[in-house]
Amino acid sequence: MSGASSWSFREEDARRINEILSAFLGEAGARTALIVDRTGQLIATVGEEVQFDPTAFASLTAADFSANDQLARMLGEPEFGALFHQGERESMYLADIARRVILVVLFDNSTTLGLVKLRVRTAAKELNQVFTEMFERTDDGTAPPAVEGGFLGEAEDEIDRLFGA
Amino acid sequence: MSMINYASREINCKLVYYGPGLGGKTTNLEFVYNKVAPGARGKMISLATETERTLFFDFLPVDLGTIRGFKVKFHLYTVPGQVYYNASRKLILKGVDGVVFVADSQLERMEANVEAMQNLYDNMQQHGYDLTRIPFAIQYNKRDLPNASPIAELQAALNPGWPVEDPARQRMLPDPDRPGEFLVWQEDGQWYERAPYFEAIAATGEGVFDTLKSISKAVVKTLG
Ligand SMILES: Nc1nc2c(ncn2[C@@H]2O[C@H](COP(=O)(O)OP(=O)(O)OP(=O)(O)O)[C@@H](O)[C@H]2O)c(=O)[nH]1
Ligand SMILES: [Mg+2]
Repeated sequence: MSGASSWSFREEDARRINEILSAFLGEAGARTALIVDRTGQLIATVGEEVQFDPTAFASLTAADFSANDQLARMLGEPEFGALFHQGERESMYLADIARRVILVVLFDNSTTLGLVKLRVRTAAKELNQVFTEMFERTDDGTAPPAVEGGFLGEAEDEIDRLFGA
Repeated sequence: MSMINYASREINCKLVYYGPGLGGKTTNLEFVYNKVAPGARGKMISLATETERTLFFDFLPVDLGTIRGFKVKFHLYTVPGQVYYNASRKLILKGVDGVVFVADSQLERMEANVEAMQNLYDNMQQHGYDLTRIPFAIQYNKRDLPNASPIAELQAALNPGWPVEDPARQRMLPDPDRPGEFLVWQEDGQWYERAPYFEAIAATGEGVFDTLKSISKAVVKTLG
């Protein structure tokens, strides 16, 4: 109907993703894992609570990843698949999941890039399956109804209140 | 809609401000940032050049609060208007739920406006989105300048209307912001639709919230 494709994220999706990421963090010795969708929205966070603004972080992550995707194409690569940003103490590793979302791993010197990469491979495979199922489910029209009646009216009132009547 | 998160009970809507370079897109977001209740907005991020031209995007999250159990958030983005930044412009459109086109009313910017509008249609199409089927509003900015074109001329060039073929949509639709004017109308047997438009002076904030209200209501409607 509208331009952008729609999909929904349910409780059971959150539970499965949480399980996969918690196991991954333990095995990789990483601190935090985030799932961000390609449009810049934060979908899930697991592990140590982050000290920065996660919404802003998600929008920058998506932009960073998309920009690198385009760079890959210019080099004749279909994609880079993963990105690594190294800091003195904190580093981040980003990996593509199902071409729709990005797994972001934050880790410090208590583990190694090699171990993180190795464990990401397994986690990514599992996450791929979860997200692929999720997108197929939404595409076949079995998604639950979006919002209950009365939502629209209340949202409009809220918009008038926040942005001035 | 791009995503409803039933697990965290969040709905995020992506609004993109598009338009020619120096038209006032960033100024729109800055005004919203400065005037909206501080508790309702997050950090504004601007990826800009030394001379404050947008290089990649500006980003401002605005929180509508909890409605019927869902936290509703608007994510406002601007694109870089300068012609040669098209690659980044296109990236920002990904997953867009509503578009605001900020036109520069100045006579000498007419061609730049038309080019940017064409570029918007092209980039939307390349993503597989149809601009005539998603929330879309036009803002004629810089109305304070003496060399501003008359609205009728801007409308004729940028918002003449597109044909409506879907019979379900072929009925007169009044423009809620302009008594006596229509968003969907019939002319010589053919139905047309155009985007709602707003006059603005983003530098002083005039028209900024009218535009934002219109586009955010249109986006919320697509959820119901
Ligand atoms: N006179 C006048 N100046 C304006 C108005 N709105 C914005 N400006 C000025 O126009 C210039 C450009 O505004 P920006 O908001 O940076 O434009 P932009 O569309 O973000 O430009 P890009 O980032 O290059 O795409 C600034 O100097 C603003 O102060 C207006 O309504 N009237
Ligand atoms: Mg700008």
